Order: sequence, then structure tokens, then C-alpha cells
Amino acid sequence: MEHEITLVVNGGVRRVRVPGRRLLSDCLRHDLGLTGTHVGCEHGVCGCCTVLLDGLPVRSCLTFAVTVDGHEITTVEGLAGPDGLSPVQRAFAECHGLQCGFCTPGFLCTVTALLRDNPAPTDDEVREGISGNLCRCTGYQNITKAVHRAAELLAEET
Amino acid sequence: MTTRLFGEPVQRREDPRLLTGQGRYLDDLGADALAVAFVRSPHAHARVRDIDVTAALDVEGLVAVYTWEDLPERVGRPLPLLIPHPALTHGRTAYPLAREIVRHVGEPVVMVVAADRYLAEDACALIEVDYEPLKPVVGLEEAAHGARLVHEDVPGNVGAHLVQEVTSVAGLSAPEAVEAAPHRLSFRLDIERSASMPLEGRGVLARWDGSDLRVYSSTQTSTSVRMAIAAALGLPLPHVEVIAPDVGGGFGVKIVHPWPEEILVPWAAMLLGREIKWTEDRREHFVSSAHERGQVQHVTVGFDDEGRVLGLDVSILHDHGAYTPYGIIVPIITSTQLLGPYRIGAYRVEFSAIYTNTVQVTPYRGAGRPQGVFCMERTMDKIARYLGKDRTEVRAVNFIGPDEFPYDQKMTFQDGRPLIYDSGDYPEMLRMLKELIGWDDFRRAPGRGIGIGCYVEGTGVGPYEGGHVQVTSDGRVHVSTGLTSQGQGHETVFAQIAATELGVPIERVSVVTGDTRRFGYAVGTFASRAAVMSGNAIALACRKVREKALRIAADALEADPADLEIADGLVRVLGAPSASIPLSTVAVLANPLRYAFDDEAARATQFAAAASPDRPPVAEGDEPGLEGRDYYSPIRSTFASGMHAAIVETDPDTAEIRVVRYAVVHDCGRLINPMIVEGQIHGGVAQGIGGALYERMVYDGHGQLLNASFMDFLMPYATEIPHVETAHLETPSPLNPLGIKGAGEAGVIPVSAVIASAIEDAEGIEIDRMPISPSELFELRQ
Repeated sequence: MEHEITLVVNGGVRRVRVPGRRLLSDCLRHDLGLTGTHVGCEHGVCGCCTVLLDGLPVRSCLTFAVTVDGHEITTVEGLAGPDGLSPVQRAFAECHGLQCGFCTPGFLCTVTALLRDNPAPTDDEVREGISGNLCRCTGYQNITKAVHRAAELLAEET
Repeated sequence: MTTRLFGEPVQRREDPRLLTGQGRYLDDLGADALAVAFVRSPHAHARVRDIDVTAALDVEGLVAVYTWEDLPERVGRPLPLLIPHPALTHGRTAYPLAREIVRHVGEPVVMVVAADRYLAEDACALIEVDYEPLKPVVGLEEAAHGARLVHEDVPGNVGAHLVQEVTSVAGLSAPEAVEAAPHRLSFRLDIERSASMPLEGRGVLARWDGSDLRVYSSTQTSTSVRMAIAAALGLPLPHVEVIAPDVGGGFGVKIVHPWPEEILVPWAAMLLGREIKWTEDRREHFVSSAHERGQVQHVTVGFDDEGRVLGLDVSILHDHGAYTPYGIIVPIITSTQLLGPYRIGAYRVEFSAIYTNTVQVTPYRGAGRPQGVFCMERTMDKIARYLGKDRTEVRAVNFIGPDEFPYDQKMTFQDGRPLIYDSGDYPEMLRMLKELIGWDDFRRAPGRGIGIGCYVEGTGVGPYEGGHVQVTSDGRVHVSTGLTSQGQGHETVFAQIAATELGVPIERVSVVTGDTRRFGYAVGTFASRAAVMSGNAIALACRKVREKALRIAADALEADPADLEIADGLVRVLGAPSASIPLSTVAVLANPLRYAFDDEAARATQFAAAASPDRPPVAEGDEPGLEGRDYYSPIRSTFASGMHAAIVETDPDTAEIRVVRYAVVHDCGRLINPMIVEGQIHGGVAQGIGGALYERMVYDGHGQLLNASFMDFLMPYATEIPHVETAHLETPSPLNPLGIKGAGEAGVIPVSAVIASAIEDAEGIEIDRMPISPSELFELRQ
């Protein structure tokens, strides 16, 4: 059975018909064409599919699209502002916080929420904060560096 | 004026698209494609008696179901054995879909095409395969006994057996040298399986337009996938194009080709006349791609009072899984790279590549080196322990000296060429490492130890790569090379090389990799070879372009080419910077035109150009356009090297193991982009720590992979990986114009050896099996 749902995605209202079993990750990627959200395991461990649901990071591969009817979703495509890359995105580029880039959208969403809640995290808090996301390329060192750098950039902006 | 970019930490040009969700990975393409799913064997070893697809036929959206019986002869053949070797006397490969026998859990049996993946999986669930289970062969030593066979026609399950021997200067064989040595040790080492495990699995998208086939594959070699597809489908090569889009990590597994899906998906796309896509899911990746590392090693070493190795005799059982599509590259590399930075008196190594009813084994980052280095470095530690010497001292007495290069190890390397080291400085590297980690000042305590591991890595293997460089009339520089990218930053480093060679701002340079429409001849991205091979090929192609640009500009400026330089995109007369001509104009002049389609073109038409009427517009032997193509084909590999040290702490109660510090000294010749090299090292070390402490493939006696998910196969998160301290030594390679050696695999190679060394130091217990978990360490303490 299909359901008509309404999602507010990256600030825009999107209506879409989905079967009850449609994962939010598949809905975003295949129904709405927002392929920036990636799927690395489909069992909620790797964190590649992390998006912000009403501002909170969630695994879109463990979420049925119908269960978020009426909610606000931010994907990696919605992180940049009108003036270009967000401070978190800029910091990842500056610190070489990505290699193949497949896990990166999940990290960016996670870190965006992390720094909103804790604008000046310690090193342990950074590592803990990103410990739900797997990266197979970077060894995390430059991601950790990028989170600290993003905190600096955000502080400069405010 | 900042066109000298070689060696600078230039920010990556890939990043803007990857940071904004604009990357294009395989599953991001083909929005309207039909989806493929596979019925895969649940048995490790079984005979397929019958396949009943009836129930699946009612699934809405089902398009097609294929078994091996449906495949034309050419498509249904066993997959190619990519790298034959005389010692691989019993090479075996799988059929694209199982024919009669399945030999590991996960082997594809039925292919389903449907409107989307959900429906394709619905249909798979309704297909009934009647299997007659056969006794599986699991476990390396059980398989080596040969009581039961993986392939009926492979006696003893031995796919390959290879012996390499180097006698001592005095002419002694390794067993003789061991026998004659003042001291001897014998021991056994074990390394378990891990896997590349890129976060993006494999995937294939194919589109057939009635005469031409376009395939996208998440591969490390698009050119060779193209040739394999053309061969399997009987298509003329010019009618097949293969593109590697953005690839979400490879680490070796994606160099294997053609995967069954790389043949089946294009075949079905042609048959159905529809765009078709298969995207591997995580469980499929665990059970149907490839693993690596599993070996048992028996070592006998003879040495003198100083710790000098006089004879080394190593016998290796190498678990090859069910098939050998990539030949015996991995155990060959283990056997040869085991020697590391050392001068060994006499060496004998033999390996047997053993079939088991498990996922096939093909190279994973490091490709056999981690096992070889584990063997040699454990040996060095054991010698030091036996003699009561410092572990670094024993290594130092065995080092090849800095004045001994080129150093011939008198073995045959994985490329079939002599194992001759090009350059290096191992004593200096050890000095740097000891200083970086504070080796001499380290205070040992119960539960706190320091470890070391040294390695040499043959990088940049041939046969060749090529580069094409074109300057267009807008002054842009278009670089293409055939090998692929999986996160190494090729778009950036190759642009750095081109910008430096041509004297243009990097913003004007764009790089395309892995697209056979742009460059058809290539080998692929593996063996830390991309920078060495394509980097040099692109530099050589740029030098051709530069030479042509100077010649044309010299004509225009009425100067001698020797008096010209290119900087900031301008060809200038040395010492008279006002006399200059933009490279864009040179590109216009390089291509005499009949038609003026824009202002630039108007300057190059036959009536506008000031060419002599006595000469043809394009001189004999010349070509229109400002472009160049060249290839780099090395006589043999370059040899990068590195030394790592770690400090670990072990918990007295729980036996938890924590890496407190990790230090790396690394020599990959000249650095193109230190930021990217360090990133490669960090990532390699993290994978190495995963392999040392967390990752293993757990098969039960039935051949079931018990931990085929990220919940149970433990890859490290940020909380498990220490800060990695790095230092670089640069001994340029004399073998190539840029003096570079390659860095992709380096970080991972010695980590298991280093961590074992450190745990042994902390605990006083010999560590001979890796990975090691807290519970295993706890048991060792009892």
C-alpha cells in the first residue's frame, strides 16, 4: 500500500507517494533525487546515511519514510548557505577531512548538530561525538582536526 | 607567479562537489534503471539440483530471471584468470552464475531484474533452489590436509606451490645457513582474514543504445573492465565505454574484474534493451566480494651473536578461498617483501595457495605485505629477545646500507622483474623514528610497552600508464589519464604536476581519470602506483606540450625557444617580460582553421594567420592542436619504505589494549602533496589498527561467515584510533623523472607487527597471532 507523505526537505515542501516499507534513505535518494545521502550498510552502523530530522541526526536507513511525514529533514545538500559552503564544510576541505567522500555527508550532518549543541568541544568530546560514523579512508585524524577548525570558524562568524 | 605547486599542500579540487552532495557515485546514477538482485548460495559447498522460479513470476514489477542455463556460451564461461603464473598449476575461477556446484556462501546462483530493488528482492525470496549440501572445507590447515576437496580436480586443495631461494655469499642454502649459524629459532605465526571493506560496495550500471554499450562501474580499473566486457559479450572494443564515476573507496577489492555482475548486468541490458543497475549491499559485500590476509607461517632462522640473520627459511600456507581470479599475487608479495630493509644471508621461502570453501582472496591494501612484514619483524624481535639486545640494534645490524643501492635481493617480484631496491636510507629512518617516539627514553612498566616495525614496499609496478594533456583556446588545460580514483586526490595531485610542468595556474587545469572515453590505455589503481605511473606519464605529456608551445610561441615572438619560459599561463621572453604571448593564443595558433566560429577561431583562420604560403599549414610530422600524449613504462618497481613505532597500554584486569602513541617515518621519494600523503598514511594506519586489534572474518565449521555485518565485523571508529605522528624522509627514486615512489598502501603494512611488538613488550608474552582481542590476551596471561 502506498502513502502520500509531506516532508520539508532542506527548507522546501516535498510531497511524495511511498510504500510503507520505503526507507527514508531510499526516499531521499531515489524519490527526491537527493543522492548526497549515502547508504553504506543499511543496518544503522556506518552512519553514512545520517541526516538531520528536526535538527537531530538520525540514520535514514533505519527510518521508514512514512514515519517522518510532516517533519523537517536536512540533508548534505541543504548544509551550504546562500554564501557558499558552511563552516563545517569549509573546515573539512581545509583540513583534508575527506578522501573518497562517501562517508562525508553523514559526518557533515553529525558534526553540524554536534557543534550546534557544543560549540567548543574538547578532543574527547569530538571523538565521542563522531563515534557513530565510520570512515575507511582518513583514520579520523583530519576529521577530528576539521571539527575543531569548524568550531573556530563558527565562533568567528558569531 | 605561484605555478610551482609540486610539493605543496594544495587543497583538494574534488572536495567542493563531495562536500555538497554533488558527488556522483555508482548508485547516484541511472535514476530510471531497472534493478538487479541476486539469489546467493546459503551453503559453503553444495550441488545445485534444481531451481524453481515459478513463485517469483507473479511478483509485480518483475522483468526477468536468469540462471546459468540462460546464459549464452560466451557469457556463461568461467570468469577469466587475470594473472596466470607458472606456479599456479591449478587455477580456478567461478562461473558468473553458479553452474552445478557452489563453493562458498554468497556465490551468485540466480539473477533477478525488476522495476526496483525492493521488488527484485521480493522475487529472490520466492525462488526455490534445491541444494544437495556437500561437506565444506574450512580452515587453512584442514584444507591443506586435503581429506576433502573444494575442487574435485585439485588434489590436496593446492592451487599453487612456489619456492624461491637465495643462497648466501658463501653458497649455502637457507637450511644449511641456519644449521651452520651460532643460534637458531623456530616458530609459527598466524594472521587472520580481514577485508578491504570500502564504505561504498561494488556496483554496475549498463546502458545499451542498439549499437553502443556504456557501463559505469565502481571499479579500480575501467580500461580493463571494458576489455573484459567486450571479450565476454563479443562486442567490438570501440563500441564499449566504461566509466568509473566517483568511487567510495576501493582498497584493492575493486581491482578484481570482471566481477560476475560486470558481465551479467551489461549482458542483461543488451538483451532487455533497458538501462540496468546493480548496487551491492553490505551483506553481499561480506560474502561475495573478496577477503585477504589469512596465512599460517612456519619460520626457522639462524643468526650470529650480533643478531645478524645468516639464514631464514619460511614456509607459508596461504588461504586463497574458493577461487584464484587474481592469481597468486598476494603470496608472491608476502614471500618477496618479507625481506624488508634487510640484507639476509640465505633465504628460502615456499608457499602453498590453498583452496577453502570461503570467499575468494584477492589483494587488500598492502596485498600480502602486512603478513610478510609481520613474519620478518616478529623474527627480529625474537632474535633481540633471545640475545638480550635492544630490538632496534638487531634491526640496525641487518639493514642494507645507504651506499648499497641499487640493492639486488636476487628474487623475482610480483611483476616478474628482479627485486632490486632503487633507493632508501634505512639507518637514517631508524634514527628519525627513535627520536620521534622517544625510543631511548621510553620507561617500560608492566602493562606499558613500545613496539617497532620496518618495511619496504615495492610501489609503482608497471607495465605502464599514460597521460593526455590538451590546452584549449580558452587557455584551459585538460588532463586525462586512464587509471581510476577512489579518494587518493588524483584530480589535485595530477593538476599540481601539470600546473608545475606547464607554468599555468592550477585553477585552469582539470583532470579526468577512469573514463575510457577520454583515455583508453591504462592498467589501474593499485600497488601504490597511480602517482608514480600516471604522475610521470602526465609530466612527460606536459613536457611535449611545453616544447610545442615554446616552438609556436618562438615563431610568433620571433625569438629562440631556448630564450622562452612559461609562467602564469604566459609564454615570455626571458629577461623581457613585456614580450609575451598567452598560452591560449598559442593554442589558437597551433590549430590552423578554415572556419571562424568565435573570436579566438577568427585569429587562426587561413586568411588571418601570418603563415608562410610556401609551407603546409600543418608541418610534416606535426599535428594540429596544442596537445600531447605520453606514456611512462618503468623498467621495474620503485621501493618506498617506512618504520613505525607505537606505545600501548594494556589493562591489568580486562586486558584491554590501548594504543597511546603511534609514530610513522615514511619515505615515498619526492612528495607531490604532503597533506595528501599524510592523509593516506593516517588512513592506512587506521586500517592496520583495525586488522591488528579488531577485524577478522569468523567462519564456522560449516563455512558460514558469522560476522557478515558492521555490527559484528568491528571496524574502528574515531574512538579507537590514536593520533598518528608523522615524519618524512625523501630519497628520490632514480627510476622516474619526478623521483616519486608511491604512498597509497604504506600506512597499513607494518601495523600488526608494531602492535604485536608493543604488546609483547608490555606483557612479556610472545605474541604470534594477529589480530589479538582482549579476551585472547587475557587467555595468554593465564
